[in-house]
Amino acid sequence: MSKPFLSIERLTQQFSDGSGGTLTVFENASFGIEKGEFVCILGHSGCGKSTIMNILAGLAEPTSGVVKMDGKEVSGPSLDRGVVFQNYSLLPWLSALKNVTFGVKARYPNWSKDKVEAHAREFLAKVGLEGDVIHRKPSQLSGGMRQRVSIARAFANQPKLLLLDEPFGALDALTRGTIQDELLKVWGETEQTVFMITHDIDESILLADRILLMTNGPLARVAESVEITLPRPRTRTEIVEHPNYYAIRNHLVQFLGKRSKELAGQKMDAEDLRPETVRIDVAGESDASKDSSPALRAVNH
Amino acid sequence: MLDNLSVNQRAAILSVAMLIGGLLIWEASIPAQKLATELTEYERLMGLGQERAGVPPPSAVLEKAWEQLSNPFYDAGPNDKGIGIQIGYSIYRVLTGYFLAAIVAIPLGFLIGMSQVAYKAFNPFIQVLRPISPLAWMPLALFIIQDSEASAIFVIFICSIWPMLINTAFGVAGVRADWVNVARTHELGSFKTAMTVILPAAAPTIITGMRISIGIAWLVIVAAEMLVGGTGIGYYVWNEWNNLDLTSVIFSILMIGVVGMLLDAAFGVLQRAVAYAE
Repeated sequence: MSKPFLSIERLTQQFSDGSGGTLTVFENASFGIEKGEFVCILGHSGCGKSTIMNILAGLAEPTSGVVKMDGKEVSGPSLDRGVVFQNYSLLPWLSALKNVTFGVKARYPNWSKDKVEAHAREFLAKVGLEGDVIHRKPSQLSGGMRQRVSIARAFANQPKLLLLDEPFGALDALTRGTIQDELLKVWGETEQTVFMITHDIDESILLADRILLMTNGPLARVAESVEITLPRPRTRTEIVEHPNYYAIRNHLVQFLGKRSKELAGQKMDAEDLRPETVRIDVAGESDASKDSSPALRAVNH
Repeated sequence: MLDNLSVNQRAAILSVAMLIGGLLIWEASIPAQKLATELTEYERLMGLGQERAGVPPPSAVLEKAWEQLSNPFYDAGPNDKGIGIQIGYSIYRVLTGYFLAAIVAIPLGFLIGMSQVAYKAFNPFIQVLRPISPLAWMPLALFIIQDSEASAIFVIFICSIWPMLINTAFGVAGVRADWVNVARTHELGSFKTAMTVILPAAAPTIITGMRISIGIAWLVIVAAEMLVGGTGIGYYVWNEWNNLDLTSVIFSILMIGVVGMLLDAAFGVLQRAVAYAE
């Protein structure tokens, strides 16, 4: 089996439980992400999703296990792995534009000032921020706009891997929908590899090629990898009409509602470290093409 | 009629009214001295005809102010210099001591704020040294430095260092981890992180510390100059007291207030410039 672009191998995280013992948040978590893939990870609070995210970002060190990207082991934060944090993490003393150029300057230190600014403006425009708005400070922007700036900053850096940590968690449902659409659009235009944490089943079905399901912590593990067999480009109104949609959704709801608990704490067989691949395809369309290209990315051009 | 005015306008009218009222009460409460010709023979024999030193009325202070401010930079020997020269000396000492303190306090505060070990190691010293009245250092400073001018500057240094140090450390330690993470995920080095993320994030707290420091420094310079003598607004106040020229004393008290207010206002402007809303 060829190594995927991003390979997470036997990741284990333990914390001291405060009374001398150790608390294992997750153990032997292993999975891979292909180039250009959009992968969501779903699981209950406390299963260590954010810890996995921080390890991938290089902001935290796992107790054991390795993360390899392009065959090289990952250590420490890097511009190759961009992060969109849940609470936007914009620098409040800089305008929206300056927040994006801050990232671009770090990524391309040799670029001229004009080039940096043009690049930043281009990506702000991709998420629908144009005109005077981009000169406002984050405090003068709504939550949705702030997260747009944050997304623009991450995409503008064109990292090899983009990590999204519950990016829409703090937004109201309507704004969330709009920004999800924008995220899909930017992602479609850039062929970015994305790994995203979310709590929202519908959001993950709309966005992802594949959803990783985690069992409950402690001793959580990545139990299943569910392929989202919905054709791209997707819109939220069309995918609900697709026969696969509710089959997939039901599977996810069942997992999070019941099986995540049942499977919790079970030790994994040492040989079978990869999550079980689940493929739900009621419609059964275009089977042949999917076998040849595992990622379901629809290329727009 | 007052209802049509803005809050600021109404406040301004009230301020002016209080000023005029206060000055009138002050003026009226100064007992008029009888002219020598109005005294009885007995009173003259008792020495009551001689001019008594009294608190001068505001009109005399205003007259003095006009006289001094119309020629603030004259220099007629060591004991007779214009108010501008005296204030100039004081500001020079304050700013010298203050900037020396800033050069030490801000980098050190950064270090203390960035490192928990440094924070805990420095803390007991800061806690002991901070409450010491700056003037208590004066004898030691005079003995070691052997120069009254430099000792005054040292006293300013030692009193302005603490608020800047503590506020810088506090501001730096309080920078949100998210912002530091933004710097880390953008592969910024320590120096770049300090300059582009931590400094702007901590700037409002640091400037607040600097503002407190300049206020304290200005309070302390008056007392310090009373001790070391020679020049400066503090020396001027004490010298005029020795001359029993209360008009000048009151005038210089007002000048101390005005200069202090201007120094504070300058930092107020700076504070607004670096402020940000989250």
